[in-house]
Amino acid sequence: MTKVIKIALASSVLVAGLSANDVIKGSGASFPYSVYQKWIKAYNKETGIKIDYIKKGSSKGIKDAKARAVDFAGTDKPLSPKVLKKSGLYQFPGVVGAITMGYNLPGIDNLKFSRAAIVAIADGSVKYWDNPIIADANKGMKLPHKKLTFVHRADGSGTTYNFTYYLSKVSKKWRKTYGAKKSLSWPGDHHIGGKTNSGVAALLKQTPYSVGYIDYADAKNNDIAMATVENKAGNYIKPELKNFQAAAAKAALNPAKDFYAVIADPKGADSYPMVAATFILVPSEKPEMDKKVTAFYDWAYKNGQDIAKSLGFVPLPESLTNKIRKYWEEKGIR
Amino acid sequence: MEKIFQKLSLSSATLVFVLLIGIFITLYSAAKPAIDEFGLHFIINPDWNKEIVVETPSLRADTVANDAEDDAIADEDDMILDEDDDEMLLDDEDDTVTKTIYGGLVPIVGTLLTTIIALTFALPIAMGIAVFLAEIAPKNISYVVGIAIELLAAIPSIIFGMWGLYYFAPIVADLVGGYQVSLLTAGLVLGVMILPFMAAITRDSMNTTPAVLKESAYALGATKFEVIKDIIFPYSKVGIIGSIILALGRALGETMAVAFLIGSIFVLPKAINDPTISIPVAMANNFGEASGLGESALFYLALILFIISFAVISLAKFYFLKKAK
Repeated sequence: MTKVIKIALASSVLVAGLSANDVIKGSGASFPYSVYQKWIKAYNKETGIKIDYIKKGSSKGIKDAKARAVDFAGTDKPLSPKVLKKSGLYQFPGVVGAITMGYNLPGIDNLKFSRAAIVAIADGSVKYWDNPIIADANKGMKLPHKKLTFVHRADGSGTTYNFTYYLSKVSKKWRKTYGAKKSLSWPGDHHIGGKTNSGVAALLKQTPYSVGYIDYADAKNNDIAMATVENKAGNYIKPELKNFQAAAAKAALNPAKDFYAVIADPKGADSYPMVAATFILVPSEKPEMDKKVTAFYDWAYKNGQDIAKSLGFVPLPESLTNKIRKYWEEKGIR
Repeated sequence: MEKIFQKLSLSSATLVFVLLIGIFITLYSAAKPAIDEFGLHFIINPDWNKEIVVETPSLRADTVANDAEDDAIADEDDMILDEDDDEMLLDDEDDTVTKTIYGGLVPIVGTLLTTIIALTFALPIAMGIAVFLAEIAPKNISYVVGIAIELLAAIPSIIFGMWGLYYFAPIVADLVGGYQVSLLTAGLVLGVMILPFMAAITRDSMNTTPAVLKESAYALGATKFEVIKDIIFPYSKVGIIGSIILALGRALGETMAVAFLIGSIFVLPKAINDPTISIPVAMANNFGEASGLGESALFYLALILFIISFAVISLAKFYFLKKAK
C-alpha cells in the first residue's frame, strides 16, 4: 500500500516538475486577455512552446509578479521605476487598446461628444440628453428630452482605470474628486453597473437612452454605436483603427523610465483620445525565463498584428517596438 | 467496524462545526482593521469607497506620505503623471490628506430587500405548486411537473443571470418602467431560483400527511380546500418552514445571478425599480482589485452577511419550529 502511494507521489512530482518546465506561466490584466490568448495559440502552433495566461485582474497580476508566483504578469496600470526597482521587476508594453463611448439613442447616429460632455456624463451632472453640453457639439441634431442612463463597469477593471485616468487628464475637478481608479462609487443617481465588458454591452444594447464606456472590441462585436469624441487638439475623432494607431504613435513611452506612462489623451491632430497601453512585468533575476517571455512578445509584435487588429487592439508602432527590443538588450533579457 | 463507523460519523459532524468556527475567526481577523477603523457605524454609513479630506498639520501629512512609500500596495493607488504635462502635476497633495471611508448600509439593505422580494414572490407560488402536485394533479402530471421543478433547481446560477439580463430584464423594464437592472429584477429572478427548493420540499412534506387523516376529514364532509387548509398545511408546517429556511439561505448568499441583475451601484434605492447592490455582489465585484482597508471592509461585509444569515436562520428555526411542535 505505502509502496503504491510512494510511486504515485514520485510520479506526480515528476509530472509536476516536467510541466512546470514546459509551460511559461503568466497572470494578470483581463483587458488584453483576448489578444494574448490568440497570440499564445498562434505562437504555440508555430513553435510548440506553451504559455498559460490567466486573467485575474491587474492588481492580482502585480501581486503575483512581486511574489514570483508567475513567469510574467500583465497589468493595465504601469509601475513606477522606483517600485520596479524595489521589487526587482522589468516592465514593457504589450499592446494598445481603445475605449469608446458607446450609446443607445433611438433614431440618432453619428453622435459627437466634447471633452466636457464626457466628464459631465461620467460625474452625473448631465441628466437629460438635450443638455446644451451635449447638444452644442451636435448642431442640427434633434436630441430628445429623455433621461440619460450612464452605464459603467460594476467590477474592478483596467478599462475603468484607463477611462477614469483619461477623465483625470481632461478635468482637474475629476482628478481632485475621484482620480484614476479600477473601481469607484460613481457619482449621481442615474447610472447602472454591468458585470464585465459583456455585461456593459448588454445593458447598453437593451437600455434606450443610455451611454457608457466600453472597450472597442466589445462595442464592435455587439454592434453598439460609438460616439466621435473630441481630442486634445480640439478635433472630433472617430473611433477607428487608424486613429488609434495615430494615438499610439504619439504615446510618450520612454524606455529610460521603464515605459512608465499612461498614454490617455495624447497629443496630435488626429489621435483618438481614449487609448490605453497594457504592460508586462518580468522578474529581473530570471533572465533565462525572461528571454522566453520576450521571445514570445517579440514574435507577437512582428506576427501578431493582424490578430490584434481583428480583435480591436492596436499593434504597437515599429518605432516603439524597436525601443522595447533595445530595452530588453540593455537588461539582458533578450 | 461499529466503532470506526461511529468515529467517522462523529468526525464528519464535528468537521462542520470546526469549519464554521474557522470561517468565523478568519472573517473576523481579516475584517479587524475595518472594524477598528469604522466600528459599528459601518452598518449605518451609506458611503462606500468615498474619499474625504482630513485636515491635518503638515507633520502628520509627512508621516503619512512616508508610510505610503514603504507600503508597496499603497503605491499602487498613486496616480501616474506625465512629467511633460504641467497641468497634470498634483499641486494639492501637499497640504491635504485624504482618507477613504467605507460604509456597509447600501449592500446590507440591498441584500435584505432582494431576499424579501424573492420570498414574497416565491412563497405563494411554491405553495401553489406544492398543493397542486401533492393533492390536485393526477399522478402522471404530478410526476412530470415534479421532474421539471427538480430540473429548475439544477440550473447553475450564471444561467439565471444571463437569462435574467438578456430576456427577463427588458420585460420587467417594459412592465414597470425604470431601469432594466434593479432591485425588482434581481429579486424576481432570485425568487425563480429559490422556487424549486421550496416547492419540492413542501410537496414532499405534504405527501407525508397520513391518508387516514385526510380520509377522515373527507368523511366528515370537508371540501378539498378545507382539507388542504385544515389538515395538510398544519401537518406539513415543519417541512414548509424548513423549505423557507433553506431558500432563505440561498437567497441571502446568491452572488452570480444577482451580480448581473442588481445594477451594482452603491446608492440606496428610492423605489423598487432602482438599481442597488447586495453584499455578495459587492464582494464578487470588488474583491479582485481590493487591497488594504478596502479589502478589510469587504471582509467586514462578509462577516455581517455571515451574522445575518446565522441570525435569520437560527431565529426561524428556534421560533417557528418550536411553535410548530
